[in-house]
Amino acid sequence: MKFLFHVGRYFSMLKMAFARPEKHRMYLKQLFYEIENLGVSSVGIVVVVSIFIGGIMTIQFAYALMNPLYPSYLIGLATRDTLLLEFSSTMLALIMAGKIGSNITSEIGSMRVTEQIDSLEIMGINSASYLILPKIIAVVFIFPFLYIISVFFGILGGLVTGPITGTITLPEYVDGIKTLFVPYYATFSIIKSLVFGFLVASVPAYFGYYVQGGALDVGKASTTAVVNTNILILFFDLILTRLLLT
Amino acid sequence: MIKVKNLVKTFDGNEVLKNISINFEKGKTNLIIGRSGSGKTVLLKCVLGLFDVDKGEIWYDDRNFTLTGEKERKKMRQEIGMVFQGGALFDSISVEENVRFPLDMFTTMSLREKQQRVAFCLDHVNIEPRAYKLSPSEISGGMKKRVAIARAIALNPRYLFCDEPNSGLDPETSTVIDQLLFDLTKEFEMTTIINTHDMNSVIEIGESILFISKGEKEWVGTNKEILNSNNQKLNDFIFANKLYAQMRKEVEEG
Repeated sequence: MKFLFHVGRYFSMLKMAFARPEKHRMYLKQLFYEIENLGVSSVGIVVVVSIFIGGIMTIQFAYALMNPLYPSYLIGLATRDTLLLEFSSTMLALIMAGKIGSNITSEIGSMRVTEQIDSLEIMGINSASYLILPKIIAVVFIFPFLYIISVFFGILGGLVTGPITGTITLPEYVDGIKTLFVPYYATFSIIKSLVFGFLVASVPAYFGYYVQGGALDVGKASTTAVVNTNILILFFDLILTRLLLT
Repeated sequence: MIKVKNLVKTFDGNEVLKNISINFEKGKTNLIIGRSGSGKTVLLKCVLGLFDVDKGEIWYDDRNFTLTGEKERKKMRQEIGMVFQGGALFDSISVEENVRFPLDMFTTMSLREKQQRVAFCLDHVNIEPRAYKLSPSEISGGMKKRVAIARAIALNPRYLFCDEPNSGLDPETSTVIDQLLFDLTKEFEMTTIINTHDMNSVIEIGESILFISKGEKEWVGTNKEILNSNNQKLNDFIFANKLYAQMRKEVEEG
């Protein structure tokens, strides 16, 4: 029953958020701010995490494929496909749910408990639309770029780590990342990243928008938002993989 | 003028406001007073439309606010200024941008005109230009309240609401805020409603006072009448402060 209540209220919030803006110019200004605040500021962590994961995966694949019967280019191929199919879309979305999601919940939640949202409403502004819509558009817009950046730096991580640790030579790795490339994997993951972007922005926004109480409750709401977003990301990953890949 | 007629508000079956009727007059500072939990804030939020009422009517001059649709309500809200207890300034923007925000949202003024209006409003609440670029976290509690008042009057509202504007302020700053609200009410001919339990405000600027107890209208009068009231609940509320008990004693002794 409680689950249905939250689902209903979530969609009613989305309906309010997607209402016609009061003044397009102000929303556009807010959108650019959110792209910078939520998207551009996430590039650093995406680069760092992707480089390390790319390197770690290369070492682990090299260890797992140590059998001389396996061609060595498989290490590069496996690293590339894992990044393309799962890590740079799903795992990155889980990480971003922690970073961007908690940011959104705490920002909107703090505005709720300090009456800033009431203040917007009294001015005659649709607070759900003004606060949530630019965040959703910004995150959905930036996620495919973060995915591309992650794939690039993940592969680069393997490229640097493999030869340095002696697990694979540079030509073997490059040969691997060029072998049996399926462009649809990238298309599939970009579709996933758009869906995950929507979840990462809208679910935490919901928990922030309806928070009640004080600072402690905002903290609790942030945790709940991140947990729920992660579960939904994995659930939609399963559905999209079944629908688009099999 | 704002008229409240037979207002009833319940939460989970608990009647928080019981058949309240009152007229808040134009050009006057109308105060709502009462103990914590008496229903002051609920009344204010009902009048503002933040809570739906169960029964009764709220009239903004000749417009029945309770019957207006969301679209009409939004328009009416541009005639309303609100000062929240904590100021409710937007943290992510500067003092100047906070005051300019309603102008950006609802007017077609040029940037220069908006800057002039912002300067006019901030000047009225005695905020110096060097504070314009500061963020709300960099200014004092008293300044936050003054900036909130400046933002509330930016669109030249017909109705001004204040929820405990003096809470958390020292007595001197409280007096400044009270005087400011009083002067602005007179200057712009607004219907001002102030929710407070600060007795200094009541005595200083209470031109029309509504005392609520446990959700019921107990007493209505002015600051000149309040110290001589025979209402026991009101007296218990006022004279809990020994200073006012002493004042009454002195008045009675001539």
